[in-house]
Amino acid sequence: MPATTVTAPADRGDSPARPAGGAPAPGRRRSGPLARIPVPLWLLLPAALVLLPLFGYPLYQLGLLSVLKFGQPQASGGVPTEFVGLSNYTDVLGDAQFWSVLGQTLAFAAFCVLATLVVGATCAVLLTRVGRWPRLLLMFGALGAWAAPAMTGSTVWMFLLDTNSGLVNEVLGTQGHNWMYDKWSAFAMVAVVVVWHSFPFVMITLYAGIQAIPDSVLEAARLDGAGTVTVFRKIMLPMLRPLLVIVVIQSIIWDFKVFTQIYVMTGGGGIAGQNLVLNVYAYQKAFVAENYSLGAAIGVLMTLILLAVTAVYVRSLRRSGEEL
Amino acid sequence: MTGKSFAATRRDNRVLRQGANTVAVVLALLTVFPLYWMVLSALKPKGEITSAHPRPWTFAPTLENFRNALGVSGFGRYFLNSLAVAVVVVVVSAAIAFLAAVALSRFRFRFRTTILVMFLVAQMVPVEALTIPLFFLVRDIGTVAPGFGLSSLGSLMLVNLAFSLPFAVWMLRGFVAAVPESLEEAARIDGASRFTVLWRILFPLVAPGLAATSVFSFITAWNDFVFAKTLILDTDHQTLPAALMVFFKPDENDWGGIMAASTLMTVPVLVFFVLVQRHMVSGLGGAVKD
Repeated sequence: MPATTVTAPADRGDSPARPAGGAPAPGRRRSGPLARIPVPLWLLLPAALVLLPLFGYPLYQLGLLSVLKFGQPQASGGVPTEFVGLSNYTDVLGDAQFWSVLGQTLAFAAFCVLATLVVGATCAVLLTRVGRWPRLLLMFGALGAWAAPAMTGSTVWMFLLDTNSGLVNEVLGTQGHNWMYDKWSAFAMVAVVVVWHSFPFVMITLYAGIQAIPDSVLEAARLDGAGTVTVFRKIMLPMLRPLLVIVVIQSIIWDFKVFTQIYVMTGGGGIAGQNLVLNVYAYQKAFVAENYSLGAAIGVLMTLILLAVTAVYVRSLRRSGEEL
Repeated sequence: MTGKSFAATRRDNRVLRQGANTVAVVLALLTVFPLYWMVLSALKPKGEITSAHPRPWTFAPTLENFRNALGVSGFGRYFLNSLAVAVVVVVVSAAIAFLAAVALSRFRFRFRTTILVMFLVAQMVPVEALTIPLFFLVRDIGTVAPGFGLSSLGSLMLVNLAFSLPFAVWMLRGFVAAVPESLEEAARIDGASRFTVLWRILFPLVAPGLAATSVFSFITAWNDFVFAKTLILDTDHQTLPAALMVFFKPDENDWGGIMAASTLMTVPVLVFFVLVQRHMVSGLGGAVKD
C-alpha cells in the first residue's frame, strides 16, 4: 500500500467521481490557477441560481426605485413612473428627522452590539469553567432565548413590562409605570430584549470555538510554562479570531437593522416617532405614507452606512494581518 | 503554581468553580424566565392574567387560551403553513450553503474576495425595503408559475431561501475553515476523490456547523413577518407571525391569547434547537479534536 502511494499517486488521486467535471489533466499536480477555477465556481452555482434572480434583481430594482417618483398611483399602474434623479435623496437628507433617527439608530445599535458581545463572551468563558449541570442549564436557557422568535420575544417582554398587569411593575412596586412612555426608557427596554435574543448566538459560537481548540495545543503551551492569561491571549484569542470576526460583524448587521422588536414593542416607532430607527423609518415612509421611492432611498442609504461601518472594521482587521 | 502547595491550588480551584457554578445557574434562570412566564400566562385563567398583582404560579391551569387560539383563530392551519415553508428552506439552504462555503474557504480563485464581500453586503440590505420590488417580481413570476406567485407558499419558500443563504454561507465558512485541511489532504493522499472528500470527510466534520446554520435558516423562515404580510394575500396561505397580530388590539390586549399563540409559535423552534443542540455545541469540539 505505501509503495503504490509513493510510486503512482496520480492514478489514485483522480477519481471519475469528480464533481467539477474539469478537464482530465494527467497527474494531480495541476495546481495552476486556471485548472482550479472550475471547481469552486461549480460549487457556487446553486447559490448563484437562487441569489441572482431573488436577491440581486430586486436589489437593482430598489436602487432604480430610489431615483423614480413612485407612490401609490404608480404602484397601481395608473400613472407612468417618472425619473427624478437624486431628488428623493435630497428630500431625505434635507429632513431634520432623518438625522435624528440616524443618530439614535447608531447609538442604539452600538449599545446593543457592545452589550451582546460582553454578555455573550463572558458567558462563553463561564461555560468552560463550570460543572456539567450548570453548563447544561445555562446552555438550555440561552437556547430558549435564542429560539424565541423576535415576535414572541417582544410580546412576552411587553407583557412582563405591561403598565397594569406586568410582573416587573409588581416586583419593583411601581404599579402603573409605563416603561415605554419615556424615550430612553423605551429604547433601554427594547435593548434588553435585543440582547436577550442575540447573546446566545455569541455565547454558543464562541463556546464551540473554544471547545474546538485541541487540548494538546493548550497542554503544550502550559507545559512550556504559559499561564492562564498567556494561554488566553496567545493561543485562544488568535484561534478564535475567525469566529470573533463573524460574531462582531453579524451583531453590527443585526442590531443596526432591528425591526420587529422596535416595531412591535413601541407600536411602530414610539410616541410621535421618538423611538424610530432607520429600518422602521423607511418602512413607515414606504408603506404608511405610501411613498415607496422615498422608502427605497432610505433603504439604499442604510445599506451604504452598514457597508461603510463594516468596511472600516474589515480594513482594520486586514491591517492587523487577518484575511477574510 | 510554583509557590502554592498542590492542596491549596485545588482548594482555590474548587471555590472558584463553586462561584462560577452559582453565577451560571443564576444567569440561566434569568434567561429562561421570560419563556417560563409566557407558558405560565398561557395556562392562566383570564382573571389571573388581568390581575394587578401577577404571581409566578397558578393553581387553576386551563387550556382555554390554547383552545381559543387553535379553534377560533385557526392557528392550526397557519402552523402547518409555517412549518412547510421553514422545513423546505432549511433543507435546501443547508445543501446550497455547504457547497458555497466549501468553495469560499477551501479554494483560492479569482473574484473569491469579491464574492465573499457580496455575501456580506447581501446581509446588510434591509429586507423590509426590498419587499416593494419583490412584490412586483413575485407577481410577475405568478403569471408563469402560479405555484410561486402571490399567495403561494412557494413564493415564501423562495424568498426566505434567498434571504437565509447569505448568512448561512457566511457562517458555515467559519466552520469549514475550522476543520484542519490536513484531514482532507490525508484523504486525498490515500486516494479519495474530491467528491468523496467533500461528502465523506468534510460534510460530517462540518455537520455541527450545518446544524447551527440550519437553526438560523429555520428561524429566518419561521419568524418572517414582512414577506408573509406582503406576498400572501389570502388567509388560507398565511403563516404564524402575521396571524399572531390578530390578537393585538389597540386598547385592551388579550394577553392570554397572545401568550398561548406565542407559546405555539416558540415550541417548534425550541424542539428544533433541542434536536440539533448536541451537534451545535459539542459536535464541533469532538469532531476536530485529536
